[in-house]
Amino acid sequence: MAEPILDIKGLTKAYGNNVVFHDIDITVNEGDTVVIIGPSGTGKSTLLRCINLLTKANAGQIWLDGDEITAHGHNEDEVRQHVGMVFQNFLLFNHLTALDNVKIGLSKVKKLPNEVAEEKAMQELSRVGLVDRAAHYPGQLSGGQQQRVAIARALAMDPRIMLFDEPTSALDPELIGEVLEVMRNLAREGMTMLVVTHEMGFAREVANRIIFLENGNIVEEGSPDEMFNRPKYERTRSFLWKISELYGDMESEA
Amino acid sequence: MDFAKFFQYIASGTAYTVGVTLIALPFGLVLGLILSLMHVYGGKFLSRIMAVYSTIMRGIPPIVLLFILYFMVSGNINLSPFWAGSISLGIVSSAYQMEIIRGALLSVSGSQMMAARSIGMSRMQAIRHIIIPQALRLAIPPWSNEAAIVIKDSSLVYALGVPEVLRRAQLISASTQEPFLAYITAGLIYFALVFITNRLLNRLEKRLAIPANP
Ligand SMILES: Nc1ncnc2c1ncn2[C@@H]1O[C@H](COP(=O)(O)OP(=O)(O)OP(=O)(O)O)[C@@H](O)[C@H]1O
Ligand SMILES: [Mg+2]
Repeated sequence: MAEPILDIKGLTKAYGNNVVFHDIDITVNEGDTVVIIGPSGTGKSTLLRCINLLTKANAGQIWLDGDEITAHGHNEDEVRQHVGMVFQNFLLFNHLTALDNVKIGLSKVKKLPNEVAEEKAMQELSRVGLVDRAAHYPGQLSGGQQQRVAIARALAMDPRIMLFDEPTSALDPELIGEVLEVMRNLAREGMTMLVVTHEMGFAREVANRIIFLENGNIVEEGSPDEMFNRPKYERTRSFLWKISELYGDMESEA
Repeated sequence: MDFAKFFQYIASGTAYTVGVTLIALPFGLVLGLILSLMHVYGGKFLSRIMAVYSTIMRGIPPIVLLFILYFMVSGNINLSPFWAGSISLGIVSSAYQMEIIRGALLSVSGSQMMAARSIGMSRMQAIRHIIIPQALRLAIPPWSNEAAIVIKDSSLVYALGVPEVLRRAQLISASTQEPFLAYITAGLIYFALVFITNRLLNRLEKRLAIPANP
């Protein structure tokens, strides 16, 4: 029986009077890929940042692996090690090589000995197909390669769940495929993932569940089949239709 | 007049000029770095204090500050004019260096901090391993300007009687009645020092530059 890795109850976030989202419940089971879609400004990024405690929610609770991470006095740095995060614009450490980007968390946070950290970092780079770019700096890599290094950096910490915030939306169309391929492999390997994306081809193929978020509320959620073929709400249908139109249903065949 | 002796007399002040600079500049750097970190990451209260410190220090002519600090420093501890003057200049410079490094810290900015935190780094770890290494690289060009200013401002310690280049030029111009030649010599020495320093820092900047595709 699948266990929930991530369990969110009644999560609410406001900036001053601007309520970003209100009373959100989301459960992500072990090994599942859950895709979040929704219009711009609807709070998708904020939601992900709340989950790994980069932003503090105003109300609600989050359990990671049965542990309430929103509980008072919980060690936030410890929590973040178990929650991998991949950002829209990669955010690699610009002064470090690809290898060191992946390695630094292992040596400074996990405090692994140098050789162990290096070997593990190499393994993660090979997982994303970038062993031959280990010595390159971010400025010497394409966007797609940078994003794959960022994925390896997060994977290196052995997270229980990976959060992706529009991981391909800053990429040139011809580079999207390689990043989605890495994510597809992760899903196949059984990684638990929560993915904000507009890549509907990916969602259809990989997602166990799609959540449609709008104006800070979950409008509808369901399997790709339910969402694409028989959505309950007209809003869902028209939004899916719009982004499929906008981004194409199929990822660019590169 | 013995020109060899004339030039040699002034030039031998270079050791003091270089010495003052080599104390004041690193002293100001370390202090400036610490103050800038407090300014950026130390919370509202410390940030406020740093802003006041910066405004005051940069609003007073260096020579006036030098006298104030010199008499504060040497009144409390027994220091030679050379050391007291050098440290005072370092304190003056710290305010400028704080601003330089603060700007660099701010431009490395929030997103690198967020990325560092996302892999479980503490704030301190992120500042140390991610923010500072990038910020210091960014700071080299403006810092190079400040280095030139400190070299030139080192001439101010002549007022404390330290026998550096300007002081010697003044003494010898009085004794030889050759002020033009004396001050030209001093000017050339300062210029050479600034020129060489800028060249060296330029090279350092290139050497430390993060590789990137054009
Ligand atoms: N640090 C902040 N301070 C104040 N308001 C913020 C902050 N971060 C986000 N917001 C507001 O919260 C709302 C949701 O922003 P968020 O970035 O989470 O949306 P999003 O769904 O990720 O949008 P996009 O698709 O454009 O990335 C927006 O109205 C935004 O202006
Ligand atoms: Mg967003």
